[in-house]
Amino acid sequence: MILHGRSIFRGTAQGEALVSMQPISFFGGVDPDSGKVVEHGHPLEGQSITGKILIFPTGKGSTVGSYTLYRLKMNGLAPRAILNVECETIIAVGCIIAEIPCVDHINIDEIHSGNMVQVDGDCVSVEESII
Amino acid sequence: MQLTSEEDEMLSGLQGWATQKAMQILVALGEIYGARRLIPVTSVQIAGVSYDNLGDAGLQFLSEMADGGGKVRVQTTLNPAGMDIENWQRLGIDPDFAEKQERVLEAFSRMGVTPTCTCTPYLAGNLPGFAEHIAWSESSAVCYANSVIGARTNREGGPSALASALTGLTPEYGFHLPENRYPTITFQVAAHLAETSEFGALGKVIGEHIQVSKAVPFIQGIPIATLEFIKSFCASLATYGGAALFQMQGITPEAAGIIPPVEQIRITQVELEAAMHSLSDGTEMEVDFVSLGCPHLSLQEIEHITRMLEGRQVKKEFWITTSRTIKKIADQLGYTQIIEAAGAKIAADTCCVVAPIRGRFTAMATDSAKACYYAASKHKFKTIILPFEEVVRQAL
Repeated sequence: MILHGRSIFRGTAQGEALVSMQPISFFGGVDPDSGKVVEHGHPLEGQSITGKILIFPTGKGSTVGSYTLYRLKMNGLAPRAILNVECETIIAVGCIIAEIPCVDHINIDEIHSGNMVQVDGDCVSVEESII
Repeated sequence: MQLTSEEDEMLSGLQGWATQKAMQILVALGEIYGARRLIPVTSVQIAGVSYDNLGDAGLQFLSEMADGGGKVRVQTTLNPAGMDIENWQRLGIDPDFAEKQERVLEAFSRMGVTPTCTCTPYLAGNLPGFAEHIAWSESSAVCYANSVIGARTNREGGPSALASALTGLTPEYGFHLPENRYPTITFQVAAHLAETSEFGALGKVIGEHIQVSKAVPFIQGIPIATLEFIKSFCASLATYGGAALFQMQGITPEAAGIIPPVEQIRITQVELEAAMHSLSDGTEMEVDFVSLGCPHLSLQEIEHITRMLEGRQVKKEFWITTSRTIKKIADQLGYTQIIEAAGAKIAADTCCVVAPIRGRFTAMATDSAKACYYAASKHKFKTIILPFEEVVRQAL
């Protein structure tokens, strides 16, 4: 399946999808030193976002969250790419400064955790077989 | 988005790595929010200065931008830092924190930023004019610039404000466009307001009404609003409502000639008192930290405190926070000496919101609704909100 979106930070990446139907706050919600989601009660709580194609509707929380994405990248713990329904300032700025490929206007209902996803510019291809 | 040939050059990296990163940020935000072009700005104010908020990641990014040749193209000042730059030991700041904070400020200075660290840049030499396009990020100052001065700014984040400083540009969307500045809901204030604390409570009440809708409020029924009242209101409205702009009859230049929006909400004395009540969960007995200066104090407020403290001794930790600019005048007038002789601490460059004081106190007395929010959520203090003079008396 091929999906077309809007490229926020252009790049190529390939990896396993990790999907959250809830927004993610990077400041306070993701631990930059372990790559794990730590927001209490979040559907991804306890899961690592490292090396994943991280997929969620939109960002939320403090604008300092942009720096958390940057720190994850510096620590080698960043996701390989981020796909959103609607990207906002925190995620957009975070992906640009951390140089993480980011695409929005993606119908995330079509993608499930475990799918293999390939990102190339504004084009996203999804393999439904679980690797 | 349409870019000029110079903007294309910045985006392609021909003007250096930092300028390229800055342009990437502005172009991406412009695309997201549907801007058709970039427009020049005349003033920038950058938030994300305290090491307590930035952490090592923020410090590293700012250092790389400075290493990458970033230089500001317009007047740029900073939000409060995590400490008084000249006198941090007196506030009990950890030397490791001070070293990191100094590195943050050094990175900004290398980029040509004026290291005036304040949430009231309009009282400290960074004062844009009516209808000027600017890129500010401190939320209370954004509200003040849009609503009192009539300048035009969106509520920028730290990196996007830095990007505007390094390029002199911002994407044209949101509050830069006249059509988005019209008020959409009327608030008729039928309560008596005579204290900064009460204006803070009003900001909370109106803020909570517009938090979801992001409506631009048109506010009627405020007969007297001093600079001090308005800056307290701006801070609270931005904290509790995420607001960047309000229009207040008699205050906002653009409010003259506006027909009040039909949808109308009446704010009563009862609601105001309920908001005051909701901001206090501590008791006077528990107060071990007294704080004035959120937003940073005006010279008149410092004079007021000086008169109350002259010849007396405080019994509690008492922080009086302001900009370096105002502090210098207070030094010159002898206010600083009187305040310090009374055992209180007058600190520049910082405030009780961004200093690293989590868990250091049990309960804070303040006149600021914004300070109550951050004391509870960030520092885990109990809070008690009181009128300005009552706050000073808590320390005595």
